[in-house]
Amino acid sequence: MSNIEPNVTRDGAVLLNRTALTRRLVAKLKSEEAVVAGIGHTNFDLWASGQRPQNFYMLGSMGLATPIALGVAIAQPQRKVFALDGDGSILMQLGSFGTVASVAPKNLAIIIWDNGAYHITGAQKTLTSSTVDLVEMAKGAGLKQAQWAADEEHFDALVGRAFTEDGPWLIVAKIDQTKPAGVTERDPVKIRLNFMNGLKASA
Amino acid sequence: MSGETTNETWEEIVVRVLKANEVSLVTYVPDNVLSRLIRLIEADPFFTVVAPAREEEAVAIVTGAYMAGKRGIALMQTSGFATIVNALASLACPFQIPLLLMISERGTLGEFQQGQAIVCRTMRPVLQSLGIEHFAIQERAHVEFVVDGMVRQAFATQAPAALILSPLLTKRAA
Repeated sequence: MSNIEPNVTRDGAVLLNRTALTRRLVAKLKSEEAVVAGIGHTNFDLWASGQRPQNFYMLGSMGLATPIALGVAIAQPQRKVFALDGDGSILMQLGSFGTVASVAPKNLAIIIWDNGAYHITGAQKTLTSSTVDLVEMAKGAGLKQAQWAADEEHFDALVGRAFTEDGPWLIVAKIDQTKPAGVTERDPVKIRLNFMNGLKASA
Repeated sequence: MSGETTNETWEEIVVRVLKANEVSLVTYVPDNVLSRLIRLIEADPFFTVVAPAREEEAVAIVTGAYMAGKRGIALMQTSGFATIVNALASLACPFQIPLLLMISERGTLGEFQQGQAIVCRTMRPVLQSLGIEHFAIQERAHVEFVVDGMVRQAFATQAPAALILSPLLTKRAA
């Protein structure tokens, strides 16, 4: 599997498209995987890829998609859980890399869309557009299985490994700044109840 | 539940009541006042314990676990509470999450740090303006009734709840 472990850096990663990658991820889901999507364009594109009951669309609490997904992964260790988030969001909660690494959930994969910008507020630059490399930060926090997606095929291969091999995984894709394919319907209680039904959860 | 608790510390009562209510996930950012409670919880295999870097994470982990069927509580001190307001306003309140908070109250009744004293005064106005049920426990004799009642109400009404540990409970000589 030589295409799985290329030594890809942020500079070497091909510019990809969030809508296309989200649809590739969703197409690979078998049905029961939970997907927790962070605010803004990340969850707009998840919404636009088809509203599965196992999807959670976060509204407002910027930076908390990964810790919410970690809670899901802890509560249901048999279920694969994906956290989707943007670079601006995860930059707000970098400590969560260390938290995930120390808890070490085998069933959690974090996917970050990195366009180097707060796209939704006018494309102001984030720290990843200058010096911050999220894969290197994640590795430094103890997430050993952290990688840049070199291209679409490599993204698919990394997601495939997250399905079949123990996590935690971190996949970062460098993406362009095109608009998402839809807008999430913002009804928090409906989102939560659908998600809990999808996860067959009651507490 | 047994009413004969005279030899139990407040920490032991909290542990017993959490277990009786199947609250099995504990996330925390530490505080000296909470240290004995944290030791008891970490020593008990009933509990899954996560110690993240920030209180916002502690809140989000409990929220995710609740939505996946596991009950949890986040422990923090007063100044930590001041950092989670946006998570309460945008996650716990609108999504109607029975998020349990246990907050050790610093900043009053003998505080030595001005910053703690000032931030402490923001806690109740924030809880009130968000409409979050809260109660400060001052006496060991009240711990079981208050913790049990607030935990049961939070889950019955799908609403966050803040259990405040007053220095009258945690600092006053027994």
